[in-house]
Amino acid sequence: MTARIRPLVAVAAAVVLALFPLAGLTIPGLFDGPLSAPGTLNLLGLCFVFGALALTYDLVFGYVGLLSFGHALYFATGVYVTAIALARWHLGLGQALLVTAVVALVLPLVLGAICLRMRDIPFAMVTLAFAQAGSILVLQNPFGLTGGEEGLALGADALPPGLVGVINTPHLYWIALAFLVVTYAIAWWAVNSRPGRVWQAIRENERRVGVLGLNPYLYKLGAFVLSAFLASAAGVVYLLLQGGANPQVTTADFTLSLLVMVVLGGVATLWGAVLGGVVYEYLDFRLVGLANAPALQALPPVLRVPLSQPLFILGALFVVLVLFVPGGLAGAVRRTRGGAR
Amino acid sequence: MSAEPVPLAAPLLALENVDVRLGGSHILQSVGFSVREGGITGLLGRNGVGKTTTLRAILGLVPRTGSIRLGGEETVRLPVHAIVRRGVAYVPEDRDVFAGLTVEENLRLAERGVEPRYDLVYELFPELQTRARQKAGTLSGGQQQMVALARALLNAGNRVLLVDEPTKGLAPLVVRQVVDALRRAADVATIVLVEQNLSVAHRLVRDAIVLDQGRVAFTGDVDQLMNDPALARRYLGLAAAGGH
Amino acid sequence: MSTVALLLVTGLGLGALYFLVAAGLSLIWGLMRVLNFAHGAFFTVAAYAGWVASRSIGTGTWGQWLLSVVVGIVTGGVFAALAEVVLIRPLYARHVGQVLVTVGLALATLALVEGGFGTDPVQLVLPAWMGDTTTILGANVPNTRLLAIVAAALVLAVLLFFLRRTRFGLIVRAGVENRAMVQALGIDVQRAFTLVFAIGGMAAGLAGVLAGAYFGTIDPARGTTMLIFAFIVVVIGGLGSVTGSAVAAVVVGVLQQFLNFYAAAGVGDFSVVLLLAVVLLVRPGGLSGATA
Repeated sequence: MTARIRPLVAVAAAVVLALFPLAGLTIPGLFDGPLSAPGTLNLLGLCFVFGALALTYDLVFGYVGLLSFGHALYFATGVYVTAIALARWHLGLGQALLVTAVVALVLPLVLGAICLRMRDIPFAMVTLAFAQAGSILVLQNPFGLTGGEEGLALGADALPPGLVGVINTPHLYWIALAFLVVTYAIAWWAVNSRPGRVWQAIRENERRVGVLGLNPYLYKLGAFVLSAFLASAAGVVYLLLQGGANPQVTTADFTLSLLVMVVLGGVATLWGAVLGGVVYEYLDFRLVGLANAPALQALPPVLRVPLSQPLFILGALFVVLVLFVPGGLAGAVRRTRGGAR
Repeated sequence: MSAEPVPLAAPLLALENVDVRLGGSHILQSVGFSVREGGITGLLGRNGVGKTTTLRAILGLVPRTGSIRLGGEETVRLPVHAIVRRGVAYVPEDRDVFAGLTVEENLRLAERGVEPRYDLVYELFPELQTRARQKAGTLSGGQQQMVALARALLNAGNRVLLVDEPTKGLAPLVVRQVVDALRRAADVATIVLVEQNLSVAHRLVRDAIVLDQGRVAFTGDVDQLMNDPALARRYLGLAAAGGH
Repeated sequence: MSTVALLLVTGLGLGALYFLVAAGLSLIWGLMRVLNFAHGAFFTVAAYAGWVASRSIGTGTWGQWLLSVVVGIVTGGVFAALAEVVLIRPLYARHVGQVLVTVGLALATLALVEGGFGTDPVQLVLPAWMGDTTTILGANVPNTRLLAIVAAALVLAVLLFFLRRTRFGLIVRAGVENRAMVQALGIDVQRAFTLVFAIGGMAAGLAGVLAGAYFGTIDPARGTTMLIFAFIVVVIGGLGSVTGSAVAAVVVGVLQQFLNFYAAAGVGDFSVVLLLAVVLLVRPGGLSGATA
């Protein structure tokens, strides 16, 4: 697919997706119920959010080559700060978003400035450490803000009426879709801009970039903050879709699943990351349903137990992909088209 | 171009069409030469022409294409440890002794089955015996060089020693010791010597292979090279002009 | 005074567990440059395997518990060796791939364990001695802490013996410093990889069973938490250094206990994480200064 056709295809796809809530179509097997059903729309919305989130991780991991194990922290920031602002401080949505935006900008700036003083494994470890600190903080429920293990539910009056209730699922769906489109556009623009090219140069050979008179540290920090900010935004959309905050999004396992998504889809290909996020979330969701299917229940435990665990299938699939299909789904698609990598 | 020395027997080491590309640079381009058995063959040339890379290519430490035959056997597809086991020893430019291990442990690590020649090694470098328990990281540059050379000499099975700038950064007295050791080593093995110190090179080397910008520019007798001011200046730099 | 003594010993006990997991991680990283995310999975699988195997001969007896220890160690070692041969070795040329494959293995294994045994912790019935305490410096120290400390000290001694007195240990020590030069001495370092993985797996397996005694339960989530703390210990102590890990494990364990008690629950964990960040900022090579 040439570079000129691709944006058109993307726009067309976005338009088609936007029409889903208005369509009565049913795709059996893929979804329970018609495309316009709230359950389906909610699932698709989550897929879009994860696609966008995977995209933000691809920016920092795929394009700049920074192996960050703490990306979940910024997603969780978006989720929790907004939730606290709405549910505990009873701010309006606009004010809550403003507070979140400020935190989402300052936090990665400070933490990134610290973490990026190291490279490779020490960098990965510090990012993991900070994320773990965040996770502990959330679970401790300081001042009763975060709700600890139980999470934090948004009450019915926390959000504007247009975003609450099953009836308004299409609104949330469209917000999620719009968010994915906007994030993709920003990522595409960033990657193809001059800083974006410096990022890729840094991934290849950081020393050479320094020799050219550019300061790699600043470029890395810029990428780090941008991707973290977008991840926090994804967290906000996620909060809207879920109606509450859950500490699971602060765990190291969650960041690792982001890693899986990006590798699954294909590192350093934007649409690959989106695909990886969408497929991962979809499988994670659907495989749980499959676990209760009668056909599966009839299998002997040796087969039933592994197959009823979505993360087992995803983890095993991931291992197989890394071993045999290094380019992820995007790489496989490219190869079947016969194009050179 | 000068006449190649006529080999009396098949060469011990023969390179043909060897190419090495690293990080976007084409470091070695169609390098080809042979090393006959016995004595010291010099690999000379100015800084950055690819001498160290050539040694590393022979060992398999860098990805390479072409043909590298050791005693007639093709080694270009073999992994590093397999090539070394066929009798190639490496004395790297930075010595690369294991700083956390003692002198004794450094030597022991280099042992390979057959009776190790500690008598030869301790005769050439008596200090290694007295400093056996000392951590190699605390040794002086010269002493580390001795460890590096000793490692290569320990195994009688080592037919070829690839020695990279052994006198670099050493005091004149130590240089003397290294030169003597290399002369003794040449009695029991073939040596390929990379050396920037041209007086040392002229003293030790018989056949010379000169590299220039990744290609072989001259092969022949070292006297022929050093005593021709024009050749010497072109391939070895101004310092060479005027002999040793 | 007795409170301090209690905190000190429990901190050492916790540090003992961290060390057992960290030692293997440190060697694997030092020699192979692989960040083994599956180490927590070795820990967890060994704990459950030990429990399942020992259930058949009863509960609450020493014989039963020692059997679980043996099974745990063997399971950890075998699992780790298999992982190295099947998953890590084929990816020798692809560094990031090696790390990723351990991530996938960890996710899949954890899911399998949760599927088979559920996500709730399993209560263990242990020998009576483990439920008792011993008085040390006026403090009543639970015996399980002492058990962990003794076990870790033994493993440290064995590991140091292996590293300092055997040829394989010599190869590992040299390989941690300069893998290429070891190859250039004619030694096939790759054969050491499986052994190092197996050793790490065995230590992690022992830790898994010991942690069951320490906490009184077996929990599928514990492996991941232990792994994170072990990573922190490895980095603080210096990648590739077993003694560094031992020192760092003690520091981390004791610090965690003291702060969790004197400040508030969770503050200790939090500050361990901050300690890592501080150490890395000041000394990217960790305490022992080994090359990262």
